[in-house]
Amino acid sequence: MDWDIVIGIETHVQLKTQSKQFSAASIAYGAEPNSQACLVSLAYPGVLPVLNKEAVKCAIRFGLATDAAIAIRSVFARKNYFYPDLPKGYQISQYELPIVNHGKLTIKVGDEDKVVRILRAHLEEDAGKSVHGVSQGKSGIDLNRAGTPLLEIVTEPDMSSADEAVAYAKKLHELVQWIGICDGNMQEGSFRCDVNVSVKKKGTDKLGTRREIKNLNSFKFIKQAIDYEVNWQIETLEDGGTIEQSTILFNPDTGETRAMRTKEEANDYRYFPDPDLLPLDVNDDMINEIKSTMTELPAEVSQNLQKNLGLSEYDANEITADRAVTDFFMQVVEKGASAKITANWILGNLYSRLNESNVEIQNCPISIDALANLIKRIDDSTISNNAAKKVFDRMWQDNQLTVDAIIDDLGLKQISDSGEIESLVQQVVDSNASMVEEFKSGKDKAFNALVGQVMKLSKGKANPSQVSDILRKKIS
Amino acid sequence: MINNSINELHHGLLKKDFSSVELAEYFLSRIKKLNPSINAFITVDEEKSLGQAKLADEKISKGDLNPLTGIPIAQKDIFCAKGWKTTCGSLMLDNFISPYDAYVIEAFNKAGSVNLGKTNMDEFAMGSSNETSYYGPVKNPWNLDYVPGGSSGGSAAAVASRMAPIATGTDTGGSIRQPASLCGLTGLKPTYGLVSRFGMIAFASSLDQAGPMALTAEDCAHMLNVMAGYDERDSTCINRPKEDYLANLDHSIQGLKIGIPKEFFDEGLDANVQKLVEEALNEYKKLGAELVDISLPNTSLAIPVYYVIAPAEASSNLSRYDGVRYGYRAKEYKDLMDMYFKTREQGFGEEVKRRILIGTYVLSAGYYDAYYLKAQKIRKLISNDFKEAFTKCDVIMGPAAPSVAFKSGDKKEDPLAMYLQDIYTISTNLAGLPGMSLPVGQTQGLPVGLQIIGNYFKESQMLNMAHAYQQKTQWHKMMPEGV
Amino acid sequence: MSLNQADLKKIAHLARINVSEEETKVLEEKLQGIMSLIDQMQNVDTDNVEPMSHAIEVSQPLREDIIKETDIRKDSLPLASEVQDSLFVVPQVIE
Repeated sequence: MDWDIVIGIETHVQLKTQSKQFSAASIAYGAEPNSQACLVSLAYPGVLPVLNKEAVKCAIRFGLATDAAIAIRSVFARKNYFYPDLPKGYQISQYELPIVNHGKLTIKVGDEDKVVRILRAHLEEDAGKSVHGVSQGKSGIDLNRAGTPLLEIVTEPDMSSADEAVAYAKKLHELVQWIGICDGNMQEGSFRCDVNVSVKKKGTDKLGTRREIKNLNSFKFIKQAIDYEVNWQIETLEDGGTIEQSTILFNPDTGETRAMRTKEEANDYRYFPDPDLLPLDVNDDMINEIKSTMTELPAEVSQNLQKNLGLSEYDANEITADRAVTDFFMQVVEKGASAKITANWILGNLYSRLNESNVEIQNCPISIDALANLIKRIDDSTISNNAAKKVFDRMWQDNQLTVDAIIDDLGLKQISDSGEIESLVQQVVDSNASMVEEFKSGKDKAFNALVGQVMKLSKGKANPSQVSDILRKKIS
Repeated sequence: MINNSINELHHGLLKKDFSSVELAEYFLSRIKKLNPSINAFITVDEEKSLGQAKLADEKISKGDLNPLTGIPIAQKDIFCAKGWKTTCGSLMLDNFISPYDAYVIEAFNKAGSVNLGKTNMDEFAMGSSNETSYYGPVKNPWNLDYVPGGSSGGSAAAVASRMAPIATGTDTGGSIRQPASLCGLTGLKPTYGLVSRFGMIAFASSLDQAGPMALTAEDCAHMLNVMAGYDERDSTCINRPKEDYLANLDHSIQGLKIGIPKEFFDEGLDANVQKLVEEALNEYKKLGAELVDISLPNTSLAIPVYYVIAPAEASSNLSRYDGVRYGYRAKEYKDLMDMYFKTREQGFGEEVKRRILIGTYVLSAGYYDAYYLKAQKIRKLISNDFKEAFTKCDVIMGPAAPSVAFKSGDKKEDPLAMYLQDIYTISTNLAGLPGMSLPVGQTQGLPVGLQIIGNYFKESQMLNMAHAYQQKTQWHKMMPEGV
Repeated sequence: MSLNQADLKKIAHLARINVSEEETKVLEEKLQGIMSLIDQMQNVDTDNVEPMSHAIEVSQPLREDIIKETDIRKDSLPLASEVQDSLFVVPQVIE
């Protein structure tokens, strides 16, 4: 039997603020346990929440970036449940009236664009952390994270495969960093996805019962968890079983999903408007002010790179996947370097080197100027692409040297003098008569071998396209 | 010193008739003598009080003072006070030494007042007789067999018995005005948002408001001058220019219109109370005010609405008492769930548990619309009644409570009868309006209070009205026998 | 609407309050009494009435995003029943 897969994603995006959602305590990661648990984080008797302005601005920025409606009035509610890492016994979250409604995000599925509808995005606060097994049978509670500002972004069930879900998550991850509302650090939990998965028989309209996979914090896990869950659901249904709506956890070690042991009894959260917080009113002035600080979004920048700089769609999208990379790229190009070669170099050599060394592009040891000069030397045929890699290696190690000095030092200057190349070609033709014969008898491979011999003879410095032109003329 | 007003005590301090330390010692000795029978205080800490008094004396000697500097005050145990045990009348917080000061405490500290101690109260402010406190019932100084009212009954009894010249209270459904009425004091619940709730332990957040309790309107005005003010730590606190509540006290009330809601004089009102309230209204006529009939048609709904909204908010506000970070934790438990259940079963008293359960019920799935949402809509109707009424009058007057104080134990087992105590006070909390009670007579040796309800932020006018009456009458000067 | 024993059990669980078998009967009666008082609301026509959540009609003020709080563990940890390595200790949390 054929099955349709239906996926919706709720993403908890930790907002890039200094202080908590409702108090002036730090949200810095990795502090000593409870050292950032202020009076409000500890839910002492008598303390009250006061909303962080920056968090509101982040939510509006997200709404504008996804072409959503910004609610002129939104309301904070209390979601009531008991958990030791939830100090007040309720979480403050926007429920009936969220600040952002009906946005959209376009993802790439194969060669096609697909729009994922964003139902809503609402402001809320994070819970603390339970540390299991501090001693036999006991857990420890760290409230440093309690009250950290979150934007929960909820999609419609618009995705129909694990790959689409991952494409959406990646796109969203790019966007929230691009607009500067999240640091995107998934290891530290700044970007976590809850994935709702259900399956239904192909061609039917009736949605299946969904199960929600909680707290996935890597794209790999999203893919693995969905694949496993979809298989499990299909097998269960084909074996005549039924799916129960439930919350499940993904175990990265086994690659399996399982239902949580503690079921939220009947999910009766008793939401009601928080009497300690008044309605959040957002006016046009505030929205316009935020609009004026926003730059182009990745999709627009990608279009421009394709149209104005002639980049391929693939390269343009890859470059604009990261705002820092885009900035770096634009600066290199502004120095007069060829856009296409720059894109190739950033996405190729520079990326792999940054990855190997675990360095962010903002901290790249090779300066914008140096990279631009290197690319100019490739562009004007002073050095070959291969030689450029050697120069690049040297620049990575010693950023004091200029590109030209390295080229001189390594003797990598390309031979583009046709007389000189002609004489090299002649030497090779003379000493490889059999290969020349093979070529003449129709074996194209022999031609490449001859070019290789010329390059070898020139110690890699001959301009390869000139070599092949001259050789072809000589032996054809 | 026993019947001195703040003005008189202030001048005594200025003229060095007595020092702040002597003043504090005087009231502390009265507490020592009287509190065992009245039980108005949960915590007294002479060392702390006298330390504050010394500081006040230094301020006074430097001439750096205001009217409240060196004046002793009793603080309701609902306000967190740094270094003081702050219990809210509950076993749940019996071991809670507050690490911080509430706004109200901060304000009085800044003024240089001397905290005499923390007063007894109904547990988490839930009650109208001060019988739900973990620390035992408070007795009415006018007759020790009778209740002082609640929930600010400890503060009321402390001032009525002259163990403190002034005290703070909080009012969610009448918890300042009803005990003020039952103990013969002047007490004022300000407009919601006038006094910061920061550090005031929450019962029902959208209704709670702190206010002064004293012998006279003038003293209440002094206290309100200290208490009112913007505080950015409370999102519901209103940012508005500071007023001097003493400024208008002596204004003439000639021509002011007093609305008399017919619903406040129904069959539920004790006949003797009614008579005294009517006499007070006559006095106002003599003072030049005009009485006009008004109607607050939804008055009878205030209690049902309140017993949805207040427990709903409370059920959520009290979820933080789980034994994890502070406060009571059950001694024995099997696992986490058991720890929650036992901690909350043992740590809360009966009335608090009842209200948590009611609140949980009215918010639970399937009932929210029928109860909580419905109550919020009727709350709007009640609020609209007042809006309409204030187009016809400047203030509204009526009884503060349906009867004088009742005997201890009389209503303890009957929550519904107890809830009716607040029938005339609750609607102002629902609307967010200011209300006050002042003594206007006695029947069977027990005081009767007149309620004044003002329009939003009209505290100054209400105090002016009360002061005018107190210039002509002596009820506020009456003192119980045996204290 | 009346509140029955099953309701009482459910809400006691939601509220994490132990109610013993003996208490159930008395409590149920008292709660029913309160609910019948509350039910006086049901006859009121509230069509087209806006619900009122706050006593005042003001918008939420916003706080500047500045860190003002400091480490208060020296005050906060001693207030807890059980603490280890700066963590509040509770019986094992099971997910």
